[in-house]
Amino acid sequence: MKKGIIVLIIFLGALAAFPLVYQDPFPRHMLIMIMLYAAMGIGWNIIGGYTGQVSFGNAAFFGVGAYATAILLVNYGISPWLGMIVGCFFSVALAIIVGYPCFRLQGHYFAIATIAVGEIMLLVFTNWEYAGAAVGIYMPILPESFINFEFHTSKLPYYYIILVIFVAALGVSHLVERSRLGYYCRAIKEDTDGARSLGINIQRYKMIAFSISAVITSICGTFYAQYVLYIHPTSTMDLMMSIQLCIICLIGGLGKLYGPVIGAFVFIPMTELTRVYLGSEGQGVDLMIYSMLIIILAIWRPQGLWAIFTRGTAK
Amino acid sequence: MTKDMLIIDNITKRFGGLMANQNVSFSIAEGEIIGLIGPNGAGKSTLFNCISCYYNADGGRILFHGADISKKTPEAICRMGIGRTFQIVRIFKEMTVRENIMIGAFLKHVKLCDATAKAEETADLFGFTEKLDLPAGSLTISDQKRLEVARVFATEPKVLLLDEMMAGLNIQEVRETTDLILKLRDMGITLVLVEHVMEGIMPIANRVIVLDYGEKIAEGTPDEVVNNDKVIQAYFGKKYHAKRRGRTAPLQ
Repeated sequence: MKKGIIVLIIFLGALAAFPLVYQDPFPRHMLIMIMLYAAMGIGWNIIGGYTGQVSFGNAAFFGVGAYATAILLVNYGISPWLGMIVGCFFSVALAIIVGYPCFRLQGHYFAIATIAVGEIMLLVFTNWEYAGAAVGIYMPILPESFINFEFHTSKLPYYYIILVIFVAALGVSHLVERSRLGYYCRAIKEDTDGARSLGINIQRYKMIAFSISAVITSICGTFYAQYVLYIHPTSTMDLMMSIQLCIICLIGGLGKLYGPVIGAFVFIPMTELTRVYLGSEGQGVDLMIYSMLIIILAIWRPQGLWAIFTRGTAK
Repeated sequence: MTKDMLIIDNITKRFGGLMANQNVSFSIAEGEIIGLIGPNGAGKSTLFNCISCYYNADGGRILFHGADISKKTPEAICRMGIGRTFQIVRIFKEMTVRENIMIGAFLKHVKLCDATAKAEETADLFGFTEKLDLPAGSLTISDQKRLEVARVFATEPKVLLLDEMMAGLNIQEVRETTDLILKLRDMGITLVLVEHVMEGIMPIANRVIVLDYGEKIAEGTPDEVVNNDKVIQAYFGKKYHAKRRGRTAPLQ
């Protein structure tokens, strides 16, 4: 356990020091994307990993966060930081509205229902004039400042903001894991009827886990909107994003604290590098290689890459 | 006899055209051990599921300390103090023994350290001290069944419904189980046992209730029940029953 903490401190220290050592924008951008996906993966892991409710609708929360921020900023000039809170509020509301009927469904049917919800959200935003419809929303270019959440000369502030979000998400996940909520979620995942016999209100705990997942994902959505400064429905609510979050957790280790972190650190560079080196072929070779890598990983370590670190040490 | 704490009042449960339970009534006093027996398909497990609210009965009432609980949810029942186990064990196989018991302990102990302490105390009582860190799925079937009891015991119930605790156990394990049940009774827990293993249930039950084809056909002390004509008929069939009668008649 002690060793784990030392490794974590070194890892986070290295992450914090990285942009000071390497000044190039591309590696910084890469790490920003990795941390963004790691944070979202951690969010997904709470509902999909610990609780075992596979959600293919988490991108909707990302979109809600991004859109809440963008609409408030463009139309009312409200700071993105406030937009972030509003986004969280709407995401939790969405989680509860979706969760209330969908959590009555068992197993695969919940996953199918969440696909539908994600697609409905995508369609609504594609056709909603007020929210920019299919064209999306350009953020106004404001003077650089922390309050405005916009930085144009360097990616450095974005880097540290996402680092904080990532570490906070990890902290939340750790707290969940070490609390009654986390134990109950795992019990629900393993045996619903068994969990009920021990007085666990299934519906309630699924809802809490889903809401926490929604908040984390929504905050990432706000960050994304402010980082790219342009959002449109398919960049923020695509089904593919939800699937990617699921794959990140699967590669890293489902229901393990560091699973999504490892997953994101393997998966995102893999996505980016196959695209950089093979994407120009124009025949989808990058996607073929990339899916083959996923299959190889799945065969090599079906419990996720996390298993490499825990092998031999009984936990 | 002390006041009845659990009253089953005219419970009826249908599955389509099948009458799984038909007007079953009996009552259970505090501190009793009740055996619920009957041939396969008699409706014992259905009745169990009705009492623990996994099924909602189609008719009748279940009174616990005077309050009707028949329309409640399983989790609410557990919180009221009625715990149950399952015929097919439903432990959390991927978790350790400690974690399994902790899930139960969390009901009354919200904090992690309190739940851990309660779980370890419970594990001690059920002889799991050595096995706390083993994955529950690696235990033997008799250990798994005992773990299920330990887990629900950690929720601090007043009544325990145990569904076929002794099925598939060897003689030694059956004896250990009966000892455990007596120990639980001495701790003030009322027990209802669905059981097929007669040598396990008969020596310890205060009263036995016999179901057949969804109806209660007999109730009484173990001695009364085993000599009851209807019970013998239910277990061995009319034909064998008649033969037995014919054979024993001249002796009398």
